[in-house]
Amino acid sequence: MIFKNAEAVLEGGVKKVDIRVEDDVIKEIAPSMKGEGIDLKGLTVFPGLVDMHVHLREPGFERKEDIESGSRAAVKGGFTEICCMPNTKPVCDNKVVVSYIVNRAREVNLCKVRPIGAITEGEKGENLAAIGGMKAAGAVALSDDGVSVINSNIMKNAMLYASDFGLKCLCHCEDKSLVDGGVVNEGYYSTLTGLKGSIRAAEDIMIARELCLAESLSLPVHICHVSTYSGVQLIREAKARGVQVTAETCPHYFTLTDEAIKDFDTNTKVNPPLRAEKDRLAIIEGLKDGTLDCIVTDHAPHHADDKNVEYNYAAFGMSGIETSFALSYTMLVKGGVLTLNELAEKMSLAPRKILNLGGGLKVGEKADFTAVDLNEEWTIDPKDFLSKGKNTPFTGRKVYGRVKYTVVDGEIKYEEKTK
Amino acid sequence: MRSKDLLGLYDLTADEILSIVDEGIKIKALIKKGKKQFTDLAGKSAVTLFYENSTRTRCSFDLAAKNLGMNVINLGVATSSVQKGETLIDTGKTLDAQQNDFMVMRHPVAGAPRLLAKTVKAHVINAGDGMNEHPTQALLDFLTMKEHFGKLDGLKVAILGDISHSRVAKSNLFGLTKLGSEVRLFAPRTLMPTDIDQMGAKVCASREEAVKGVDIVMGLRIQLERQHAGNFPSLGEYAKYYGVNDEVLRYAKPEAIVMHPAPVNRGVELTSSVIDGEQSYIEDQVFSGLAVRMAVFKALA
Repeated sequence: MIFKNAEAVLEGGVKKVDIRVEDDVIKEIAPSMKGEGIDLKGLTVFPGLVDMHVHLREPGFERKEDIESGSRAAVKGGFTEICCMPNTKPVCDNKVVVSYIVNRAREVNLCKVRPIGAITEGEKGENLAAIGGMKAAGAVALSDDGVSVINSNIMKNAMLYASDFGLKCLCHCEDKSLVDGGVVNEGYYSTLTGLKGSIRAAEDIMIARELCLAESLSLPVHICHVSTYSGVQLIREAKARGVQVTAETCPHYFTLTDEAIKDFDTNTKVNPPLRAEKDRLAIIEGLKDGTLDCIVTDHAPHHADDKNVEYNYAAFGMSGIETSFALSYTMLVKGGVLTLNELAEKMSLAPRKILNLGGGLKVGEKADFTAVDLNEEWTIDPKDFLSKGKNTPFTGRKVYGRVKYTVVDGEIKYEEKTK
Repeated sequence: MRSKDLLGLYDLTADEILSIVDEGIKIKALIKKGKKQFTDLAGKSAVTLFYENSTRTRCSFDLAAKNLGMNVINLGVATSSVQKGETLIDTGKTLDAQQNDFMVMRHPVAGAPRLLAKTVKAHVINAGDGMNEHPTQALLDFLTMKEHFGKLDGLKVAILGDISHSRVAKSNLFGLTKLGSEVRLFAPRTLMPTDIDQMGAKVCASREEAVKGVDIVMGLRIQLERQHAGNFPSLGEYAKYYGVNDEVLRYAKPEAIVMHPAPVNRGVELTSSVIDGEQSYIEDQVFSGLAVRMAVFKALA
């Protein structure tokens, strides 16, 4: 099959090409090939987007999301590959759960779903999870996302043992004793609303610890969902002295600030919390100068019942996978921060490198790519979400960039139906 | 009132605040003359819904509603379906279906009254939500202040105590700054909220600086649990370095008055000599509370 007239975001820049796919592999990328095909005129083609931090909720919380609904949402959002966090029920801390997810994803047969195994049994921070078995079953990384491994010695051993299997720890950074029940960023808006705040140091202290461990052990580490200006600076300094650290952030951290909490909308409740304007600007700067390697969603779908309660009682998290590309493109590329190639790096190539997933928009690679109409303006409305989680703080926001086709292994897994 | 509900003084205009206070002053004068039963809201109904324990605020609302001729239901959360896990929204819908005209709610979570107000047709009155606001407490404070000083602008008010966890301090701050008065705050750094100076408060470095030349000295309750959370070493040390005693009070204007939302921890935030002294208006505040809550019901009806 030939995908014709694509504005392809290739390694050397954006070029108008045709892409010939045979079976599941890209065979040729060249201008104006002979033969019929799918016309992508006017569309920009990115290497298949990868979201290395999502919550699919299955097994255990299928009321919030399941592998099928999450995968449908993912391909609608332009993602050909997603990595799902292990805080399911049971926790994904053994090969049985990893295999279940892999098999279920194969049945669903939409995007590639890569399980992330827990670092410790039950994400309790005590005993190492069965890391070798999970790797053999298909786990691509390790994380106790949702909590930090509090005991530093256990974290040290986890990083060492994981390295034997070529796996990285993806670290959720949060000192719970400092958070002390906080639900929003501590600052002007926590005082204004009376909602309990959590100071930046609660995140930064754990970022610093993971950087110290990585430096002491000469091992790589990945920092999840960075939200503070000071966290960005810690990572920037560590990179400068050669620490093997990679880091991610999410669209809400470069799009929103804690001003959004002032009406007590529980859709603004997320962990780490929305921070102040100086943090938002530092996140953008970190993406621009390469301190922050990639953009993930931390897609955290919840049932309406989990959000239609008092702020303190509401669940943390945002359903983000269907808005990530458009928010990132609108804020960062239209905002003059990143080029299209840099956006492709943050949303596809960097996570591929960090997790050794392979791929890319190149001859010989798997035919995973995303075709987007960058000029189409649309309004975010959770009623249109395919995810079961309608919990977004972006309702009504106008964005640019509409996913038209998502191709996985040479098959069109999502095509926008024209209205 | 523009709004169906009274959620906080942050949402009110200076004129709205003043009209409630002035109505409260009138009601208080009538009660002083011996009038107890009013018929303004006869036949209407109010429910008090307290998710936190309270005696004085709840009694005050209960009596205020009854004085206006309303039927009142006091819903004990410990004995209601909330114990069975009912959500606030469902509780609100039930009470609304029973055609209650007012819902007076105290809740440990900031913003909870807003959620209830969005859900129900009834008028919602916030009787204290987490660390957010306690609007009727500030309104009653204003009533006592205005009765005493004849105005609410140009006053200097020092608030001392646990500012961090105090919805009373916040409602007073929002209201007094709108009315053109000065608010000074003093507390241990551990009990002073972030960026409150950006909301118009003057954060002071000492008791003396806070109290010097003020018209009103307001103490706030220090709870023992704050000591256990490590905010200060002991109540004794708090009293010694942060409490208001006769010596500190002398920095205020000679005609200054002492206020406190009560219940007071004697010998902690205020010494007994200050609480029981001639400048103390703490008991008068309780009377103002009854009157101002009647005024609030009338303003919303």
